Amino acid sequence: MDTKRRKFLKMAGASVLAGIGAPAIVKLSTKDAVAAGGGHGAAKASHGGGHGAEESSGVRLGMVIDMRKFYDNQGMLDKAIESCYRVHNTPKIDNPKSEIKWIWKTGYGNAFPEKSHNHRSHTVHESSFPVLCNHCDNPSCVKACPTKATFVVEKNGIVAMDFHRCIGCRFCMAACPYGARSFNWEDPRPHIDKPYNADFPTRMRGVVEKCNFCGERLALGQEPACVEACKGTGAIVFGDLNDPKSEVRKVLDSEFTIQRKPSAGTKPSVFYIV
Amino acid sequence: MYNKGTVIAGLAIFVLFVTFPIWFNGLDAGAMPKYTEAEMVPNGEKACVAPADVMRDTHMQLLNEWRDDVLRNSDRVMVKVDGKEYRKGLQIACMECHSNKEKFCDSCHEYAAVQPTCWDCHLTPAAIKEAQ
Repeated sequence: MDTKRRKFLKMAGASVLAGIGAPAIVKLSTKDAVAAGGGHGAAKASHGGGHGAEESSGVRLGMVIDMRKFYDNQGMLDKAIESCYRVHNTPKIDNPKSEIKWIWKTGYGNAFPEKSHNHRSHTVHESSFPVLCNHCDNPSCVKACPTKATFVVEKNGIVAMDFHRCIGCRFCMAACPYGARSFNWEDPRPHIDKPYNADFPTRMRGVVEKCNFCGERLALGQEPACVEACKGTGAIVFGDLNDPKSEVRKVLDSEFTIQRKPSAGTKPSVFYIV
Repeated sequence: MYNKGTVIAGLAIFVLFVTFPIWFNGLDAGAMPKYTEAEMVPNGEKACVAPADVMRDTHMQLLNEWRDDVLRNSDRVMVKVDGKEYRKGLQIACMECHSNKEKFCDSCHEYAAVQPTCWDCHLTPAAIKEAQ
């Protein structure tokens, strides 16, 4: 009996040592291979905290809004908003709790809270600023969505939505630092300006919606509705941020521009000349 | 077997109850929806993206594929069938010809007791017309 117990203890001890030791030995002997496939290297590259200068690749659509063109022409701003709402069958609801916003007007302090101070120029103080979804490079709404109803379109960097999949949880609304997403608390159809745009659907009660950078118009070779509404003035310049020859990059390279809440780390694709 | 009478009678009642939807209408699924060509395709178009029987069986898959192409993959390239081009979309392609949604969609969906949610968001030709 005693010898058997001793034999058992020896075997158990050896097994425990082997069990603990084996992974360490494997790790030491295959150091390079493990490091390459371990996923830590890949995570570093995609981590866009907003502090580094990592550049996204491929087409990255964005726009520059030149406020100098809007200060004396606030009517054009209304025209741009009207055009967007008409094209997308967006409801106009006055109640701020249930209003639907794709592109809307706000004051400088609300648009740029980090750059706000108490001695702003009269022009800036009294003008309305157009704000919309920033189609961020590092969108927090996409991370928050549990159904992948909102996602980044690989081809052009648009933060798009698939309304079919939206379950109305509103996590994205909580995640968006810009308030660019609206929830349909009620049936939107009675609040939509008629006639409808027959080429675009409406939404239903219980889904979130936001600016889609006119993905459906871009596919037809048209400019986004708000850009088209300001055509000829250069008030909104739209294009590929990653193409050094694009018009939008020329403006970005030559003018001083600001983004909304850059400290949120979302890397917005909408820039402002104030 | 104990309580033979009660058990067998109970089983018989259970089977009858479970099969109620089958025998209640006398093993008849009701009359198939009847329609004329003019009601289905008011503009008289003969061509479609696929033959009628294929569309009847798999239009839901096709619509899902189109949805994913357009929204998820940004692939809005028109579908070309027999030289005719179609945009990918229920509201912008199908309803161009099948402009009577009440006849074309609903008659069969009602018969098959399915309730697709397409029209919660998509606009029917009637809704578009009414709002003009």
